[in-house]
Amino acid sequence: MRFGKWRLRAAQLALSPTWLTVIVVYLGTMAWTVALSFTNSRLLPSWDWAGFAQYQRLFDTSKWNLALQNLVIFGVLYVFGCLVLGFLLAAALDRRVRFESAFRTLFLYPYAMSFVVTGLIWQWLMNPTLGIQPTFQGMGWENFRFDWVTNRTMAIYAVVLAGIWQGSGLVMVLALAGMRGIDAEQWRAARIDGIPVWRVYLSIILPQLGPAMAAAATLLSMGVIKTYDLVIALTKGGPGSSTEVPAKFIMDNMFQRQNLGLATAAAVVLLLSVVLVVAPFRYAAYITAKRRAGQL
Amino acid sequence: MKTNTLLIAASALALSASLARAQDLPAEVFTSWTSGGEALAVEAIRTEFEARGGTWETASIAGFENANAAFQNRVIAGDPPTVRQSVLGLDAAELVESGLANSLQSVADAQNWAGVMAPSVLDSISYNGEIFLAPVGIHGESWMFYSMPVFEANGITAAPTTWDEFFAAMDTLQAAGITPIAWGGQAWQEAKVFNMVLLSQVGNEDFLKIFQEGDEAVLTSDAIVTALEIFGRLRDYVDAGAAGRNWNDATNMVIQGQAGVQFMGDWAKGEFANAGLIAGQDYGCALAPASTGMLFVADGFLMMKTGDAAQDAAQLLMAEVATDPAVQVAFAQAKGSIPVRTDVDTSALDVCAQQAMTMMNDGLFVPEHAITVTPDMVGQFTDFVGEYFADPSYDAASAAEDLADIFRR
Repeated sequence: MRFGKWRLRAAQLALSPTWLTVIVVYLGTMAWTVALSFTNSRLLPSWDWAGFAQYQRLFDTSKWNLALQNLVIFGVLYVFGCLVLGFLLAAALDRRVRFESAFRTLFLYPYAMSFVVTGLIWQWLMNPTLGIQPTFQGMGWENFRFDWVTNRTMAIYAVVLAGIWQGSGLVMVLALAGMRGIDAEQWRAARIDGIPVWRVYLSIILPQLGPAMAAAATLLSMGVIKTYDLVIALTKGGPGSSTEVPAKFIMDNMFQRQNLGLATAAAVVLLLSVVLVVAPFRYAAYITAKRRAGQL
Repeated sequence: MKTNTLLIAASALALSASLARAQDLPAEVFTSWTSGGEALAVEAIRTEFEARGGTWETASIAGFENANAAFQNRVIAGDPPTVRQSVLGLDAAELVESGLANSLQSVADAQNWAGVMAPSVLDSISYNGEIFLAPVGIHGESWMFYSMPVFEANGITAAPTTWDEFFAAMDTLQAAGITPIAWGGQAWQEAKVFNMVLLSQVGNEDFLKIFQEGDEAVLTSDAIVTALEIFGRLRDYVDAGAAGRNWNDATNMVIQGQAGVQFMGDWAKGEFANAGLIAGQDYGCALAPASTGMLFVADGFLMMKTGDAAQDAAQLLMAEVATDPAVQVAFAQAKGSIPVRTDVDTSALDVCAQQAMTMMNDGLFVPEHAITVTPDMVGQFTDFVGEYFADPSYDAASAAEDLADIFRR
């Protein structure tokens, strides 16, 4: 009993630096950010109370609304695209193809690169005077068009494309690891029953990959919120403001436009929107856990 | 053994002497000038500063945004650098108003800045009548650089001086299969080109009225709509890959003879020089069509309050050195800019810089928006121009309304 108490104390003591970090660094800066968003701060923090003025201005700014809209488009398509493509790649490799490890390295390679490099590569590839378009036109396909980066309505999808190219390797690795953990007996049984391979992947393998896919989705979603460098390297937010994202809006206003108040207000809105998206998931997980434990 | 001790003693003495000197006038200089020409330009100031007894320590961070972020953090932490490179104008206003910067009025008086600098430059370094910035170089921005071989091959004998002539020349180039305008497709570059067009339509005085006072009468005049229409017409002469293009890539198109003209500030001369081209022989520099003056932006040094007497003294020396006539010329040559003083020997400068100097002496210099409005307004203005250029369906009349709205806020 006494020993147990001591052990608990020791564990708490060992965790105390972590707690301190969480409280001071995370919660502290969060509170600081929220406080600043209610002030008139420009270049430097000031404590001139401004009420909700910054928030009002924020939602009057078409660029910010566009940034939020782009975040949703990019977030949904990027996460979904990476999951689908990553799963397909994993399934293909799972068929014990030749040179599997070479392919695996090749597909994972983009993930090892920074978003800046990814952005630059795709900027060249998608540039209508340099990359894919002139290549195809040169091969005789005169009407070939691939000018997404220079097209206001398509530019955000160009960002999605580059993002998927980079992120699907991660999903592939996680999904492949999951597939390798699945009992070979299931395959044998499926073969005896005459079930086609694609059906096995869809109905038997995929449901068992739940945890791996959820982990991949979480990692990717975190990347979505902080998407900044990919946009900077690929389009610089243009043409016009068509590929503006919240992280870029915040950085611009904080370090270039001397709008600390507006930038912190935007950061708070971003935080709230993340909480709004995450909360239902957490609630659903909580309910499921209770049900499983038979308490509901 | 004995010689060894002597040597050690001697070197220790030398070391302590240099240490003592290093403590004399130490200055930590915070800049974002890191590229080839920029670094050379800084070196010109540094050499002279150290020759006069200062100790220079560079804290340089590439890119305005990164440098700004690092600088802001240091100011908030109460550990500002001695000297900060800053854009002339309202960029530094808040630091001055919050009492974080040291005045340079004494140096300005002693060195007679009022007698040797253009009034528009003096205006943009003064806050409430007191001088706080030491200007180091001016960039003329109203330039249209053009490829002389391309112009000659297509029978264009002189640089166009009106927009009609300009569009006619561009039509000729387009018909010949050459990209008429090498366009840098980033909003900040587009804003500079728009300023050139705007200046050509409203003239120097009204241009200032817009950006200094947000003058309602000028903002609602037809000249704004015309300027937007001319600016919009430029879209037809731009190649498909223009969006997002860096200014130096655009300059390279002119260097390679793939494009006819580029509208850009005088820093583009650095690219031409690197390619071995000479102004007035291989490439032309002309004012943008119908220009009534020369738009400019300028760099200066802001002296931060550090609470250290030695650093305060170093700041005064730095201001003196940075505005020294010889240093000014060396700096301008390396950076492609022009000196801030009207009384320097311009013979060493290229033809474009000399033309700009003449315009400065004639009082034709017009400060661009970065000097006269807050960084916040600069951002909104840049957003507006970027959106307008990217959207061919945005009509000029309603765009003029949106532009005026920015200044009404």
